Amino acid sequence: MIPAISPRRSKKYEGLVQTREVLDEAGVRRVLAKMADEIVASRIDTSRLMIVGIRTGGVHVAERLRADLVSRIGDEVPLGVMDITLYRDDVFSGLAKPVIGSTELPGSIDGRTVILVDDVLYTGRTTRAALVELMDFGRPDSVKLATLVDRGHRELPIQPDFVGVVVPTTRAELVSVLLREVDGVDQVVVRERRAG
Amino acid sequence: MNRSFRHRHLLDIESLERDDLLTILGLSEKMWEVSERAVKKVPTLRGKTIIGLFLEPSTRTRSSFEIAGKRLSADVINISGNTSSTTKGETLLDTVKNLDAMRPDVIVLRHSSSGAAHFVAQRVNCSVVNAGDGMHEHPTQALLDCATMIKHKGPLDGKTVAIVGDVAHSRVARSNIHALTKLGAKVRVAGPRTLMPIDIAAMGVDVSDRVEPAITDADIVMVLRLQSERQEAGLIPNAREYSRYFGINPRNIELAKPDAIVMHPGPINRGVELEPEVADGPRSVILEQVSYGVAVRMAVLYLLGGGAHDELASQAV
Repeated sequence: MIPAISPRRSKKYEGLVQTREVLDEAGVRRVLAKMADEIVASRIDTSRLMIVGIRTGGVHVAERLRADLVSRIGDEVPLGVMDITLYRDDVFSGLAKPVIGSTELPGSIDGRTVILVDDVLYTGRTTRAALVELMDFGRPDSVKLATLVDRGHRELPIQPDFVGVVVPTTRAELVSVLLREVDGVDQVVVRERRAG
Repeated sequence: MNRSFRHRHLLDIESLERDDLLTILGLSEKMWEVSERAVKKVPTLRGKTIIGLFLEPSTRTRSSFEIAGKRLSADVINISGNTSSTTKGETLLDTVKNLDAMRPDVIVLRHSSSGAAHFVAQRVNCSVVNAGDGMHEHPTQALLDCATMIKHKGPLDGKTVAIVGDVAHSRVARSNIHALTKLGAKVRVAGPRTLMPIDIAAMGVDVSDRVEPAITDADIVMVLRLQSERQEAGLIPNAREYSRYFGINPRNIELAKPDAIVMHPGPINRGVELEPEVADGPRSVILEQVSYGVAVRMAVLYLLGGGAHDELASQAV
């Protein structure tokens, strides 16, 4: 009855051709492990940590990252999900109204260190929206940004604290993070609009 | 799947597709979550102006639209009948043209004439939401009713809904019948024949002169308000007799399914169409309807609140 949220990948990739593979299965696993190592090494108080994945791409990256963190620190780390659609700056810019998912945080963020997790960091506008939304839920001690891929082209002064891989791209390209949970395979690829 | 909502106005349920209804209802679920936050406000409609023009009395609908707009950060102003220039003889058209000249993004209109919202929508630049037009439709009421039913009963396909009472004067009934049949529910209506529209069977519902067969084994019993302000003389003998034959009470409600819910759009004439024991009893979801009203109206204002509605195929940023 209530429409499910599905990524509609097939339609999204229509008219696009894959130009190069950035990470394969082992590569995705390796960079997630590296990010977890960096978080542990960063002297963040892991007892006050909360991981928050940004819908839709950041959700499964956040789950993976959390699993890697838990295996390193031996403690549970709360995991939340944030949908930033209602905070976007382009809701009425001529695009269709995007599908909205819900925001679910596992308790208060007051006094916590929140690590926002996204799959691809691009213009920084999603991160901005996530920051504004997060502050409506309370006052975290600090907020960090983790992204599996940083593809450049920032439009706002936002930089990640933890990066899996930096991928130089053109604006015409599209970076796709494929994850087992959704796509049946772990892979990061760059696609481009087919000429003609 | 949640396809785009391509309407500029929300004037009635009749002209909407099933998918449109599902889009609004699905979105309402998400908006519900905003109302459960500590900070019940998101910036989505910042800089948008919503004018509520309520030329008929309203408590629930007016405050619900106002709260919905404010939770989305729109600027909302409300004008009610007795404070508007309509009391000085200004026509509806002049009033809305003047309001439209102030460049609102949405006008929410309640009016005693059927078709008022359609009339206005053709003559203004902003979006128009029908908040009740005479005996015609009250689309957001039907949407919030459906949201409440789905919450309790799951998908409505095959569910039996009994609508009891003054169907003829009820825009709530009309909108609900359209919505429920589009969503696959089986709809029965019951009430005195004098309060039943002559064309009612053409709407795809079962019609009954008596309450008991209509509510027997129903999943949902929707009780309508006896609309005393719209009664011409002689349609019913008196309120007491109406209550005796068509009122929902603790005895006849037992005919419905054991887990049936009871709904009422408000305001309730206690002891006329609905006994207090039922209105305040365990089956009643009347106040939940009101809560869902805010979420549904947030969804509607979000969908109408500006911009084109083309299919999105762009890269996420």
